[in-house]
Amino acid sequence: MNDSNIPPSAGPDPRARARLAEQVQAWENNEVANFVKKAPERKSHFETIGGFPMKRTYTALDLADTPLEDIGLPGQYPFTRGPYPTMYRGRIWTMRQIAGFGTAEDTNKRFKYLIAQGQTGLSTDFDMPTLMGYDSDHPMSEGEVGREGVAIDTLADMEHLFDGIDLEKISVSMTINPSAWILLAMYVALAQKRGYDLNKLSGTIQADILKEYQAQKEWAFPVAPSVRIVRDCISFCARNMKRYNPINISGYHISEAGGSPLDEVAFTMCNLIAYVEEVLKTGMHVDDFAPRLAFFYVCQADFFEEVAKFRSVRRAYAKIMRERFGAKNPESMRLRFHCQTAAASLTKPQYPINVVRTGFQALAAVMGGAQSLHTNGMDEAFAIPTEEAMKIALRTQQIIADETNVADVVDPLGGSYFLESLTTQYERAIFEVVDEVDRDGGTIKLTQEGWFQRRIADFAYETALKKASGEKPVIGVNKYVDPEEKFDIELHPYDASTAERQIGRLNQVRRARDNAKVNALLDRLVEVAKREDENIMPVTIELVAAGATMGDIIEKLKELWGTYRENPVF
Amino acid sequence: MEPSTAPIRVVIAKVGLDGHDRGVKIVARTLRDAGMDVIYTGLHRTPEEVVEAAIQEDVDVIGVSILSGAHMTVFPRIVKLLREREAGDILVVGGGVIPDEDLPKLREIGVKEVLLQDTPPAEIVASIKRVVAERGPR
Repeated sequence: MNDSNIPPSAGPDPRARARLAEQVQAWENNEVANFVKKAPERKSHFETIGGFPMKRTYTALDLADTPLEDIGLPGQYPFTRGPYPTMYRGRIWTMRQIAGFGTAEDTNKRFKYLIAQGQTGLSTDFDMPTLMGYDSDHPMSEGEVGREGVAIDTLADMEHLFDGIDLEKISVSMTINPSAWILLAMYVALAQKRGYDLNKLSGTIQADILKEYQAQKEWAFPVAPSVRIVRDCISFCARNMKRYNPINISGYHISEAGGSPLDEVAFTMCNLIAYVEEVLKTGMHVDDFAPRLAFFYVCQADFFEEVAKFRSVRRAYAKIMRERFGAKNPESMRLRFHCQTAAASLTKPQYPINVVRTGFQALAAVMGGAQSLHTNGMDEAFAIPTEEAMKIALRTQQIIADETNVADVVDPLGGSYFLESLTTQYERAIFEVVDEVDRDGGTIKLTQEGWFQRRIADFAYETALKKASGEKPVIGVNKYVDPEEKFDIELHPYDASTAERQIGRLNQVRRARDNAKVNALLDRLVEVAKREDENIMPVTIELVAAGATMGDIIEKLKELWGTYRENPVF
Repeated sequence: MEPSTAPIRVVIAKVGLDGHDRGVKIVARTLRDAGMDVIYTGLHRTPEEVVEAAIQEDVDVIGVSILSGAHMTVFPRIVKLLREREAGDILVVGGGVIPDEDLPKLREIGVKEVLLQDTPPAEIVASIKRVVAERGPR
């Protein structure tokens, strides 16, 4: 025990502090002042992309208000330095390049290519109809089938998607939200068909519906029933799929929609709190499900800010889970996250330099302690990436892992005066946002009122103005522009036969199934949906196994719950 | 400023399932800040709804943002609907992620201007003013 109640600071003791303060003051007055007189600094004011001021340099004085125990050790509460004690010394992060286009067969081929190139996890992108819960032959799906991702309507598609891939051996992430529970049901039904042990399956569904209303804008139903579905996924997995992450609470889309780096992480904590509260209402203890909550963040260009962002959100999460929700199990307090480099930072002009941008962002993600990583293809400002672009992106990660040695020391930037100071500032700012949301009525209410959406739109607009004025340089766009540039680039082609092939299989499934059985199950689905205390997963698994389409299930529930129409703010 | 003329009226729309609305909101705000009357439809609209809104609101320009790749399905339908409704004087402008090779095809079917990602705000405003001026008064 300490003698005093004040936790020991990471900064120097009071006497040393006074001496150092004098030294810093003298340095400012002498060396700095004289130097600046001859050679002024580039700007009068330096700040991070997220607007945090940056001093000329940092010293031990800047750690005076950071408790030593807040920095801690890797794998120890509050996990600032990493969720695990050995981090990449034990196992390199999972290299998880997302893929998805065309039909299930098309994406299956890309999966196998990526595995052959050394990729260690799978990640699936779905087309817009699948993401929004429409069948491929719905009028809203026209022109979108298999374009931005793979089209999945039925269990038959899922079987082709993972044909020849052992799902007990590789983890599969699925980027899907309002319709996530149906995809999870298909995954379970496929696993049962293949005779797998559900507790051996590892993977993730995104299923973070709150950030959809706030940022990514994919939805099927109003907010309340959508959050209930998330609750059902979390509690179903906690009971039946011990290694599966039933949610990936995502800041990525908040950032890509234009939100600030602070809001990216702070909003995920607000959303986390809403989900945990919802699951606790079912009577589960926080330690029964929290260990499988997973997160997903972007890595933007501001190197130290990004590293501080990751470290601070780990610390904030640990404190929220322990102090607010009374978690006892350390597994419930360690934030694990997937990271993707910033797609919106990529440019069409001089597109090969996107490889360099992505490389630095990936390095920051590794310095920040990501558990898995997707690096973007250099051609993603044009279209979905080609095989060649994905290979270079994967090689970027492999170079960081195998050639730079940065993975050999855990949290190698820990202890940097600047980084630790920024980490602490970030953590405080996160809690300020969380407190504001608590005070003003909570996440769900403020989401319905557009509060999160407004903050995102405001920062996006500021960023656009800064780009236009040149205050935010973007190489090739507003600086070092090459006016003569002609694009010579081979893009990923869209196969015009995709929709026809997809709808062909959909109709085949509809013809082959027992319609009376499907209809009876759909009626039961509605009964389950009406009863708040029941879980929607089991009946959905039965439905997809019986040949129900995604559209059948969503449309049926829309009759009960209605749909959602955003009141847009700009 | 042009005090003698009424402000340009614009419907800004997202069509189809594409939810990428970062750009469209910046465009809406930019045009509003430039003194235009801006109506933003919100997400997931059908071409029919957009054309209906444009006619009801008596706008000069429809601006449609698409980042999903469905532009070759959506734009021809909007242009056709406008002609059918005898509202061919409403100008259609596009924006988003659209491959260069599709730009001439879009112009051919009657899309007046396509503003791609990273178009500076001042240029967006200038483009809208230009296409309206080229059309002349109604």
